[in-house]
This record gives sequence, C-alpha cells and structure tokens, in this order.
Amino acid sequence: MNSSPEAALNVHNLGVIFRDASGVVHALHDLTFSLPPNGFVALIGPSGCGKSTLLRVLAGLVSPTAGTVRYNTAQPRIGMVFQKANLMPWRRVIDNISLPLELKRLPRSEILARAQDLIRLVGLEGFERAYPRDLSGGMAQRVAIARALMQDPDILLLDEPFGALDALTRERMGDELLHIWHAHQKTVVLVTHSIPEAVYLSDRILALSARPGSIILDMPVDLARPRTPEMRYSKTFQQLTHQLRDTLQEANGLVT
Amino acid sequence: MREDRCVLWMMIPAPYFKTGAFLMKTDRKKERSFQTTGLLSRLTYLMVSLAIGLLIWQVATSLFGLPTFILPGPGLVWRRFLQSLVSGQLQRHTLTTLFEVLAGLFIGGFAATSLGYLLAKSASLEKLLSPYLIASQSLPVVAIAPLLVIWFGPGLFSKILVCSLTVFFPILINTVVGLREVPQDLRDLMRTLKASSPQNFWKLEVPAALPIYLGGLRVGATLSVIGAVVGELVGSDRGLGFLINVGRGQYDTALVFVAIFTLVVLAMVLYGLVLLIEKQLLSWQSWRQEA
Repeated sequence: MNSSPEAALNVHNLGVIFRDASGVVHALHDLTFSLPPNGFVALIGPSGCGKSTLLRVLAGLVSPTAGTVRYNTAQPRIGMVFQKANLMPWRRVIDNISLPLELKRLPRSEILARAQDLIRLVGLEGFERAYPRDLSGGMAQRVAIARALMQDPDILLLDEPFGALDALTRERMGDELLHIWHAHQKTVVLVTHSIPEAVYLSDRILALSARPGSIILDMPVDLARPRTPEMRYSKTFQQLTHQLRDTLQEANGLVT
Repeated sequence: MREDRCVLWMMIPAPYFKTGAFLMKTDRKKERSFQTTGLLSRLTYLMVSLAIGLLIWQVATSLFGLPTFILPGPGLVWRRFLQSLVSGQLQRHTLTTLFEVLAGLFIGGFAATSLGYLLAKSASLEKLLSPYLIASQSLPVVAIAPLLVIWFGPGLFSKILVCSLTVFFPILINTVVGLREVPQDLRDLMRTLKASSPQNFWKLEVPAALPIYLGGLRVGATLSVIGAVVGELVGSDRGLGFLINVGRGQYDTALVFVAIFTLVVLAMVLYGLVLLIEKQLLSWQSWRQEA
C-alpha cells in the first residue's frame, strides 16, 4: 500500500472534486495505493462511485484536485480501452490500429509491421481492410485493444471494455485479454462491475465505496496462472466472489 | 430514401458513428446489388416523370390556346434554346452566373468555415456573435441585394458578395455542428495518445466533421445559385438573371424559360458535384446504408 520506488504507479491521497450546475460533486476521496509493474488490478464498485473517474485521472484526462499520481517514468505511454470500441469509423481496421504510432511519426513500414503483428495477436487476420461498421462488437473491441497496445504502453487502462458485449463473448474476450497480457507483460487496470470478471482476470481487486469513492477493500486474488475457464467453478473462486460481494453489499447496500 | 425527402433543406445527417453493426461480407454483396437496382428504377422514374411533365405542358398550351408570350410550348422553348446556344448568348450568361456562384461559394464558404471553426472552439465567442448571426439570418438576402448593388455597382463584385452571404450561414452552422459532434471519447483517445493540435485537427476533427460539413456545402451550392440570380435580377448587365430580365422586357417568354431551365440544370449539376465529392470522401460510410 505504501508508495514504493519500484512501483509502476503510486497514487497518494488522491481526491477529485467536480463542480457542475448542481453544485460540487466529490467523486474520489483520499485514495492511496501503488501498482507493481506488470500487475493486473481490477477496480470494482457501484455505478457512479468514481471508478471511471479514477481511470481517467490515471490516463491524464482529469486533473486531481488533491494528492498525486506518479508514474515511474516521466512521460508514461498510456493505452486506453473505452467501454465502446471508440474506433474512427473512417479508418480501416489496420489504420485504426496504426493511429498511435502514426501520431509519433514513425516510418510507415515499421508501423504496418507492428500493426500486422497485433492483428495476428487479437485474431483479426483477414479483417485488416474492413471498416469498423463491418465488425461485430467483440471484433471492434479487439481492434481497440490492439490499438491500445500499439505504442507498447507503460500501462493499459481498460474502462469496462466488455460491458457492451453479451455474456459468452464477454468471457471469451476475458480469456483473450489474459492471453494478450501474458504475451505483452503490462501493468493493467481494469474497471468493471462484474464481480466474477474481476476475480477471474486480476491479481488484485480494489473495491471502491459509493461516492465519494474511496478504497474499502484491497483484496489479492490467489488463483493460479494461467487462469482456465474451469477455475470459475473452483472453491477458491467461489470464496473470493462471495467475499467481494459481501463487502460491496455491506458498504453500499447494493451491488450494481 | 432520406435523400429524396429533403433535397434542399436541412442536411444534418443521421448519426454517423454507429459501430458494432453485425454486417458480414455476404450481406454487403446483397445490399450492393439491391442499391444498383434501386438506382435503375430511380432513373426510369425520372424519365417517366419528365415525359409526363412535358406532355402536360404541351397539352396545356394547345388546349387553352394561350398566346406564346404567356405560355410558350415546349417546342418553341427548345427552338429558342438552340437559337441562344448558336448565338453564344446562353453560354456567355451561364458562364457569368457560374463564375459568380463558384466565387461566392468559395469566398463565403472559406469565411464561414474559418469563423465556424473559431465559434466551435470558443463558447464565449459564440455567445458574443450569435445575436448578429441570427439577426443576419432572419434578414432575407433579397432585401439587402439592392443595397449591395447600390454600394458596389452592377458588376460581378456585388453578385459575388450576395452569393457569399447566402452560402455563409448554412456552411457556418454545419461547420459548428460538425465539430461539436466529434465524439468526446475520440477526443479523449487523442489526448491519451498525446496528439498535437495539428494532428488533432487533421486526423480527428476534419474527418469526423466532414459528413455534416459537406451537407452544408451541398445546401450552400444550391443557395449560391439563388444568390447570384437575385443579385443579377436587381441590377446587372450579364448573367442568367439578366437574361430573364431581357426576356421579360421583350415579352420573349421562351427566353425566360430557357434561362430558368438553365438555372435549374446549373443548380442540379452543382448539387450532384458536391454529392459526388461526398461519395468519394465518405466511402467509409457505406453510402446511404442507413436510409
């Protein structure tokens, strides 16, 4: 929990207050945690608890009103995946994936080679020239993940990336995400409202309370890697999901 | 079809950022062949409707026996058309009008796009200027065209000014709306990727605003023709509006018809041209799919 120099990310006494038409909104209150390099952390909590806000702070899209966010590099490369695939509809799959390095003005051949590798990694060979409108929800989200990996980010921030998918596709995408994570060791922060998803995917779960969001539980997930779908029926898995559900229910009265 | 319903007005298109549609390759092929048959039947309908129109016109002239200076028949108008074509009169005046229309579209469009961009970027500038913009819009250009002719003379300049003013507003509005519609998530994405402002402009704002912007350009193209004619009717010595005035003065009604039809064709060609540009630039949209 304490800030450590070797951590990928240190968050210290973080607070965010928004001002809007209805007045002042305390979105996050006094959050302190640090993430080890290459760890997989899930953020879970009720709707509106500020978990997306926290992710946006980590992405540099929202400035904290209190406390600090410190990466172990000066200019961290951020890979972000949004709830909707958020692809540019006028770009083909390969060009969507290429965007981050295109912005860095790398040579075209280098960009294309890397994009092609990532297309293979997310299993979209043959769809390079397709437009986003021709992709299913799951395929579009894979493109988004490939795009996020394109610039070899220091941290991968996933904001409910599978929230819009049906249950089965969602589980399959979870497995693929783990596969990608094994291939490209990255620090991952995943926002989700699904308790089983959080347990299945992550090493560690941070549960947030209702607004203003603060950490009510910091739970390690002691499940072996690599994770397999059968683990969902294991005793440890059940115990962990129960514990998480109880904590969230106690703190918030309900789980969303 | 969306397109046929609103040929001239309010081109703000249906949401363009639909993603996640389950459309596989096989479905696309079916859709395309469907589109071609649609185009064919549309052409047939056009021919039939033109033929019916000409027939009614011909029957009306011979049935009511109206004098030709009231309603000339299609035959007479056709002969007058050939005559003005041979003398080179029609081409000369058409070129004048076309030049005014294009110059107005270019100048007005450029001014509207630049101001639209600034307005979209700055809410306070928009608040500051919107009273004038709305006031200028509630004032018909027809009303100030005489003023512009008094100030700037009967030459080309006053016409180009009228055209610029007519096309200004629709292009301005569509620039602002187009830029405002750029999805916030994509803006956030560009920020996390640390895109520079020129990159943000060229790689996000331009392509994202283009569908709505081009809709404005399409409206502007037809409005510009109206602006040119209004300017020419008020006072000029050249152009199709001038030709209408000449025909009226000499009770050469057939010539008036020729000028009017030329104007219609001119406006339609311009409209079609912008449409063609749209199809080229927005091929990613699977043209007309959502209609």
